[in-house]
Amino acid sequence: MNVIKELWRSLIDALVGLGAVVRFLLRLVMLTPSALLRFDLIVAQIFNAGALSLVIIMLSGLFVGMVLGLQGFQLLQRFGSEESLGVAAAIGLVKELGPVVTALLFAGRAGTALASELGLMRATDQLSAMEMMAVDPIKRVVVPRFLGGVIAMPLLAAIFSLIGIYGAQLIGVQIMHVDSGSFWSQMRAGVGLGDINEGIVKSCIFGVACSLIAVWEGYYAVPTAAGVGRATTRTVVTSAVVVLFLDYLLTAAFL
Amino acid sequence: MRSLTRHIHLNQEAPIVEIRGLSYAVSGRSIFDGLDMVIPRGRVTAVMGPSGTGKTTLLRLITGQVRADSGSIQVAGEDMRTLRRAGLYTLRRRMGMLFQNGALLTDLNVFENVAFPLREHTDLPERLIRQLVLMKLQAVGLRGAAELAPSELSGGMSRRVALARAIVMDPEILIYDEPFVGLDPISLGVILRLIRRLNDALGLTSIVVSHDVQEISTVADNVFLLSGGKVVARGTPQELRSYPSEIVRQFVGGLADGPVPFHFPAPDYFTELLSRRE
Repeated sequence: MNVIKELWRSLIDALVGLGAVVRFLLRLVMLTPSALLRFDLIVAQIFNAGALSLVIIMLSGLFVGMVLGLQGFQLLQRFGSEESLGVAAAIGLVKELGPVVTALLFAGRAGTALASELGLMRATDQLSAMEMMAVDPIKRVVVPRFLGGVIAMPLLAAIFSLIGIYGAQLIGVQIMHVDSGSFWSQMRAGVGLGDINEGIVKSCIFGVACSLIAVWEGYYAVPTAAGVGRATTRTVVTSAVVVLFLDYLLTAAFL
Repeated sequence: MRSLTRHIHLNQEAPIVEIRGLSYAVSGRSIFDGLDMVIPRGRVTAVMGPSGTGKTTLLRLITGQVRADSGSIQVAGEDMRTLRRAGLYTLRRRMGMLFQNGALLTDLNVFENVAFPLREHTDLPERLIRQLVLMKLQAVGLRGAAELAPSELSGGMSRRVALARAIVMDPEILIYDEPFVGLDPISLGVILRLIRRLNDALGLTSIVVSHDVQEISTVADNVFLLSGGKVVARGTPQELRSYPSEIVRQFVGGLADGPVPFHFPAPDYFTELLSRRE
């Protein structure tokens, strides 16, 4: 109970520090129902944030899985339990590496694109022009981008984990000759619904965090070349720190 | 006959923009101090003045992007001081604004840019939207550019597309923020002609903020000259040319020195040159 209290307090402190960001988030959430009516706009943003990040996510997933296969095999071999490679890789990917690495890659690929796009729209008066056309830029531009990121992130994380498991199998079973049957059956027995839930919850929360940071930095960027550049950099740095911090909190909460 | 009565009716109506005793300051620096300005309906009104006199700020005040510190601004019968967000958005549907660089949405092509206000505010069928957009593009001479992306347009063309977008909702007021900056003589002539033609053909009110004296004199019905946060001269372009005031003569004649000094305030020249400070 004490741990949770401590965590709660640190969470509150962080939230107070980010008061303005939270108000911005509330505004986004309040506008979400009406934005959902224009689902075509959100689909376009899911494509921008999700589909366009697929290649980098899949490649990274494959390599991370292969490294897990090698390292896991080395370690487990010492205890004569190579067959557990499947469950070890799957748990590691689904609960931790999938959501976290995907979020970091997402911040680098989609987050920076969002922030610089919004920053440039601000710098070239596009957002003011929308306001002058009686169109709320937050509703028309920011909310679809935010929701696109939020929806894309869990999907990307799932794909990352899937490809990662395939990579681990590639090394473990195909090259190191771990028994295929025990690799898969141990994985099926060892990975519970709770583990998958944890991965889904994490990636959803990381999706909200990364997308929020990107649209916040972009929307309130100083409308100059230097300002947009700074917003892009801050998007990556803040997202990385926040994701790793939240990951710690969430892992603790799921214990 | 009906159009005639409407015309008479419009002429008798109150002015479209009425500013009384307007004061506005940004971070302690006063931009306007007791500004009065009445902009008549149905005319092309130019707001001129040296750079930094707050012409663009005035537009932002008239369109409700910023609020005045004191004084009143009435736009089309609405009091900008008390207007809430929803009311402001309703009012803005009756206004069109042309930004300095056009401010086209870069992720949409020319056609979709012009269609943007229609798609956001109306439920018109696709066929009608197409016809309306093509009509407005024809009016600015760019129907053939409908499929181009904003990045493929020249500066003058972007501004014409933005103009088509500004008139697509048939506004009552059309506001131009420095529409001549960086245009070649041909594009400039095109924009000038459009300002006059659109104003007369669509029966709207045009407010043009500019510091290009010669250009604006050819289309404006009346001119306000701002300096130091006040209106220093008003009248037709012809009246302004013979206006008995130093500042007006300097501005209209384009003289380097006068009431608006050539030199930015600085310490004495020789003292500073001869001082030993590194």
